[in-house]
Amino acid sequence: MSGLEDLYREIILDHYRNPRNRGELEVPPAVRAEGFNPLCGDDVIVFVELADGVVSRISTSGQGCSISQSSASMMSTATAGRTIAEALRLVRAFKTMMSIHGSGIGSADSDLEDDDYSESVEDVKLGDLEALRGVVKFPVRIKCATLCWNTLVEALNEAAA
Amino acid sequence: MTSRCLRSGVKDDFPLLVGAHDKPIVYLDSAASSQKPQCVLDAMNCYYETINANVHRGAYEIAAQATEAMEAARAKIARFVNAPRGDEIVFTKNVTEAMNLVARSWGGANLGPGDAVVITEMEHHANIVPWQIMAAEKGFELRWIGVGADGQLDLGNLDRLLDGAKLLGVTAMSNVLGTLNPIRHLADAAHAAGALVLVDAAQYVPHLPTDVQALGADFLGFTGHKMCGPTGIGVLWARAELLEAMPPFLGGGEMILDVRKDGFTANRIPHKFEAGTPPIAEIVGLGAAVDYLEGLGMESVREHEVTLTAYALRTLEDRYGSDVDVHGPAEPACRGGVLSMSFRGIHPHDLSQVLDHHGVCVRAGHHCAKPLMRHLGLPATARASLYIYNDTSDVDALADALGAAGDFFSF
Repeated sequence: MSGLEDLYREIILDHYRNPRNRGELEVPPAVRAEGFNPLCGDDVIVFVELADGVVSRISTSGQGCSISQSSASMMSTATAGRTIAEALRLVRAFKTMMSIHGSGIGSADSDLEDDDYSESVEDVKLGDLEALRGVVKFPVRIKCATLCWNTLVEALNEAAA
Repeated sequence: MTSRCLRSGVKDDFPLLVGAHDKPIVYLDSAASSQKPQCVLDAMNCYYETINANVHRGAYEIAAQATEAMEAARAKIARFVNAPRGDEIVFTKNVTEAMNLVARSWGGANLGPGDAVVITEMEHHANIVPWQIMAAEKGFELRWIGVGADGQLDLGNLDRLLDGAKLLGVTAMSNVLGTLNPIRHLADAAHAAGALVLVDAAQYVPHLPTDVQALGADFLGFTGHKMCGPTGIGVLWARAELLEAMPPFLGGGEMILDVRKDGFTANRIPHKFEAGTPPIAEIVGLGAAVDYLEGLGMESVREHEVTLTAYALRTLEDRYGSDVDVHGPAEPACRGGVLSMSFRGIHPHDLSQVLDHHGVCVRAGHHCAKPLMRHLGLPATARASLYIYNDTSDVDALADALGAAGDFFSF
């Protein structure tokens, strides 16, 4: 199953089986944002708590496929302890990897367009998130992978407001 | 092996299913859209190659032939669903547009505060949202017939729901559960309460012999692309007296008899509801699809699907027992060949991805029936749906691929 293993890398299945930072945080002090994928009915809820401009706590809940759930799990470990600016750069780097920008699709991803988009994110280290690169070969699944990231941006915007 | 009731070699009529791909496609998504037999493609090509011209009013020969081909298809389609009159067949883009036509035109003229429309919890969004839009605009009440645990409509309070209602909208067959609803019974109850009956027959006309008069419907919509025809062509059948009394839907060319600066006079039915150049090639293609299905015999089509559905339910049960949950009625004779499955807790998207890897095409998601999915407590299902070109080898391929998906996600 070579094609499938491009999509379902072992690290993805590991995060799916054993999701990190799964659950809900108390609101407030945390903020809550919910994202839907209207195509498949999946939803993801992101809880973010900030302390001095840093993501002090993050958790996710909701339901979805292995790609959306593992993406949320990896996102939570990658953004915990980061500043808002660092987290947003990570979002940009991840979505650049997902080839959303410039493709003309994914209007739901416009929330980042207002930011300084000319800034390079090539230096951002994606770490485990690199495992999701194979999703790009399966275009209908890209939204599964990006759903939680769009929701994180909403949560960060609300938390910083 | 094909069922004894359908002639052999049906699959060979469909170029996409034989030889178009390196690896044969196991196509189990006909509830979303069917494949097209060569004769339908040929009819559309022949139209373009020999008589392509805009219909009506052209004085030259090919324009007359194009008009004749379109109207011959209309007559054929009317006969196919036993409509009393050919001019009761209104061409639309799809069922969704047919439902919107009824909601907007009939609903706009006949519904207001104090009125009610009754629909069911198992409707496709196409028979929900148009009524929600009109309810917000006109202030009438939208009432819901619920669904029981057996996948059947809960008709315990039918008379109360119909009390004071002006229309009952109901699907003839659920695109999620396969449930065949008792349309005649519902129509009689609705008529007794003074309500009209709108039937969403998108999943019914392609699969069962259809008689709009025997069903007791007042309006009935279906679509070409689910019955071996092309995309972009749907049908609204309605009783002539209703169509005649309804205001136009879209305005423009073709739907008028006269236009003056102070107003217009609408055309006769069905043209009153067919503004603009129609999809002529698609209408011709749908006519060819009707010929094809009539050649097979709709009784045989139904028998084939009951037999194959029974085989599929038995095969899945034998191989996976309680690991697989096929939603909807258990008895093949009471349902269509739509198998919405939950399997070992594997998310339907993941399941369909692995099935695709094995060449098996199924649909994953909410199937445009979110109120039903909420009621069932399911965010999504993987849905395999059967049609005339499917046989036991397709079902076996599905069962094998399910096993592979189970192995892949076993943890």
